[in-house]
Order: sequence, then C-alpha cells, then structure tokens
Amino acid sequence: MADATPSIAEQATIWRKLVAARIRADWQYRTSFVLFTVSQFVAAFVDIAVVLVLFTNVDRLAGWSVAEVAFLYGTASLAFGLADVFVSEVEFVAHHIRHGSFDRFLLRPVGPLLLLSGHEFAFRRAGKVFQAALVLAVAVTQVDVGWDAARVAMVVQMVVVGFLIFSGIWVVTSSIAFWAVEIREVANSFTYGGNFLAHYPMEIFSGWLRRLATIVPLAFVSYYPALWVLGRNDPHGSPAWLRFAGPLVAAGVVLVARAVWSSGIRHYRSTGS
Amino acid sequence: MALLAAGRFPLHWAVAHRSFRRYSTYRGATFAGVFTNTVFGFIQAYVLLAVLGQRGEVGGFDAADVVTFTFVTQGLLAAVAAFGPFELADRITSGDVVSDLYRPFDLQSWWLAQDAGRAGFQLVFRGVPPFAVAALAFDVRLPADAGVWAAFVLSLGLAVTIAFAWRFAISLTAFWLIDARGFVQLTGLVFLFFSGFVVPLGFFPDGLRAVAQVLPFSAVVQLPVEVFLSKHRAPAELALVLARQAAWVLVILVAGRAVLARAWRKVVVQGG
Repeated sequence: MADATPSIAEQATIWRKLVAARIRADWQYRTSFVLFTVSQFVAAFVDIAVVLVLFTNVDRLAGWSVAEVAFLYGTASLAFGLADVFVSEVEFVAHHIRHGSFDRFLLRPVGPLLLLSGHEFAFRRAGKVFQAALVLAVAVTQVDVGWDAARVAMVVQMVVVGFLIFSGIWVVTSSIAFWAVEIREVANSFTYGGNFLAHYPMEIFSGWLRRLATIVPLAFVSYYPALWVLGRNDPHGSPAWLRFAGPLVAAGVVLVARAVWSSGIRHYRSTGS
Repeated sequence: MALLAAGRFPLHWAVAHRSFRRYSTYRGATFAGVFTNTVFGFIQAYVLLAVLGQRGEVGGFDAADVVTFTFVTQGLLAAVAAFGPFELADRITSGDVVSDLYRPFDLQSWWLAQDAGRAGFQLVFRGVPPFAVAALAFDVRLPADAGVWAAFVLSLGLAVTIAFAWRFAISLTAFWLIDARGFVQLTGLVFLFFSGFVVPLGFFPDGLRAVAQVLPFSAVVQLPVEVFLSKHRAPAELALVLARQAAWVLVILVAGRAVLARAWRKVVVQGG
C-alpha cells in the first residue's frame, strides 16, 4: 500500500489542481464571485468598525488603547483568515455526511482532509486575510512599542500559532458531525466565536470565560503573546511563561485534532442511501 | 385573531402552520443555534460592559440595558434572518420559480405566510432560551408593564415582517444575477451593522447614527429592543414607534412587488 500513497509534492499538486478547478467553476458566475469576495472584505471591516465605534465612546478599554486592541484584532484575524482559507473547508464534512457523499472522499488515494480543503475551497475567503493584514500593518505602526527582531519574530509566531490553533479548532468541532450531524452549528461558537473573543483583551471577560479561553486555547492566539509584545501586565497575574507557551500549545492542539479526526473517520458509517 | 385569519385566509394560515411545524422538527439544529447565540451574547455583553466600565452610561443605556439589549438581539437574529434562508433566491437560481409563478396565488403573500410560520417558531424557541440563560448570569430588564409587553409583541411582528419584505426583494435580484449569494451576503452585513445588532445605535457617532436612522434596519432590531427596555413608555411614543415600523413594512412590501413585476416580464422573455 505504501507505494500507492502520494508524496507530499504530489499531494500539493493535487490540491492545487482541485483549487484551480474550484476557482474556475465559481468564476462562471462572475458578479457573484466578485460580490462574494468584496462581501468577505466588508464583513471583516464590520468587525473592526465595531472596535472603532466602541472607542468613539471611551479612550481605553480595560486600559488598552485602540491601537493595542487593533493589534489583537490584526493578529487574531490574520491567523483566523488563513485557517478559513485553507482549513475551514473541513466543516463541509457535515454536508457530505448528510448527503451520503462523504464516501467518495474516503475512496481516493489522498487524505479526506486534503480533498475537502481543495474541493470546497473558496477564493472569497481570502478577502478576510487582506483586510486583517491591512489592520495589522496599521496597528503595528500605531502601538507604542520599540520594535526589535525578537518582537517582530513574535508577531510572525503569533500568526503561525494562531493559524494552527484555529485550524485545530475547526477540525475538532467539525468532527462533531461524525457523531451528531444535526448539532453541527455548535462549531460556530468556537470558530467564529473564538475569533470574536480573540479580538479583545481577556481582562474584560469574567473568570470562567477566561479559564475556558485558556483551555480551548484562544488566549494563546493573541492575548498572552501580545502582553509580552506590548509590554503590558495581566491584572489577573497569569504566569509569565504563558506568554511564550504558544508553540507548545499549538502542537498539542494539532495532536488532539489529528486524534479526534481519525477517531471520527473510524466511527463514520455511510448513510447507505 | 388567529381564528379570524384562519377563516379568511385558509391557504396562508395552513402554509404558516406547516412552516412552523417544519422548523420544529430540527431539534438538534435549534439547540445548536441557541448555544451559538448564547456564546456570542456572552462575548458581546462583556465587550459592551467593558465600555460601560469606563463611563456609567452610553446613549442612555446602562449596564443592565446593554446586557438585555445583547441577549434580546441574539434571540431575534434567527427570526429576522439577515443571512437567510433565501429559499426563493435558490428557486430562482434553479429555475423552479417558474412553476411558483404559474400557481393561482400571490407569490409574495404565500412566502410571507411561509416566513411567518418560521419566524414564529424561531422567536419562541431561539429567542427565549439565550435570554433565560443571561438572566442567570447578569442583571437584565423586563418590560415595565403589560402595555409595554403588548407593544413589544406587536413590534416584533412588524420587525420580522420588515425583515421578510427586505429578503423577498433581495431574493428577486437572483432574476438578474442568477447566483445572488454574494449580493445576499453583502446586503446582510449592511443590514446587521445598521440595525443595531452588532452595537446598539446609541454607541454610534452622530454621523453614522444619522445614516442608521434613515435606513429601515433599525426598525427591525433597535426599535423593538428599545420597546422591550421600556425606553418608550407613553402610549403616543409607542404608537409612533409602531407606526414607523408599519410604514417600513408597507414601503418595502410595495417595492418588492414592483421588482417582482419587472422580474415577471424578464422571465417571460427568457422562457420565450
């Protein structure tokens, strides 16, 4: 069997071909394609508009300036946007399970995750990435930080770690569909809700929500590393090492996601229709 | 009132009734929706409370007001359905709408009845639970007296009708766009932002609030929730709010019919 498994380079080629086919298909409805991409770009602006609207009423939110909150927003949204482009397609597993079309993803010589990602790819989701990068670029110039190599590296690390954490959350919550396809929408609380939560300093949330965000672990996407980059203190006195624990946490999330996904695949029974 | 409606509009009553039943079968999805609305409600409530932590009130809203506002709007979200369902748009895309147009009943009122059943189910089963959970965790407000309750129920009915009329008109753009999903998304965002759903309109700076005031969307979210919060107590004031909503119902329903009339001619041309 080993010789039948494609190499990573071959898998990348397959994914690129699937994505190209999908973009060609969506491009058939040009107006919709353009409006969809624009709408994702605008959707992301609604999120930052909310932050700006809030700051027309106050100078600081729990002691954080608008530029500092924009920094949280930029890093979290960029990570989320990348996960949305490359991994969020996994949520279509619920659709395919319900329609009995998931079988074909299991019968191909490449992994079902890769197939799903290519098959359900939507260019419009990139709109979110552009917008987040724009906000992050502005925020980086506006925050009161002496930028050095270590801090720049930390920003890059935040985006990579955030991407892995959001991707893991997407895979885990989408796997719910293997057991209970009807309650699939619960996933939105953790994916979109997680992105929403990661835009704001954890200090504004009550104790149980903060603890949950450390376990799920959204606080490692933006908040803890941002404390170090921005030179801020956590008023709730979290240990300093948490600020640098991101990569370890991300590795843990990826392992959990792998385990849950393969367990889901093993659990899968076709509808037989 | 219901019996009267059943007697005079038997078809529409039957459609609404069956639509209500249809949505009541998706129990898991209803639970999942309630869960998601509640989680988003908590996050949004804490964000707004953080603003109020710096100053006691914003735009006439104190802490109990913003929490109540957040959870009532979260409960309204499914019923006003800014992002769908857009079944009519799907039927236009697939071409099935042609058979709808040849049936011996009015297209708009048929879909209105259908949507009323759906909205009725979602107002109760998606609307009440998030608020009940919030009441355990925060200080929330309830309408001050029976008169306000009655006005709130009327206001909700008008709000979901405006939302329906809007989605009906937007769906019809599928006659020209074929695939309307992009446009639907875009208008849904404008809808939510200017309705007061993402932030109460009292938090908006003056210019933006002025824009929100001339758009119909505040009549779908902000106004009914203001009624719930007893911000309009005097009967004359309540009557004015309801009249504003009713005016929007009329304007958008008529606009939808005008668009439908144009679309009808277009279909004939395509079918020729």
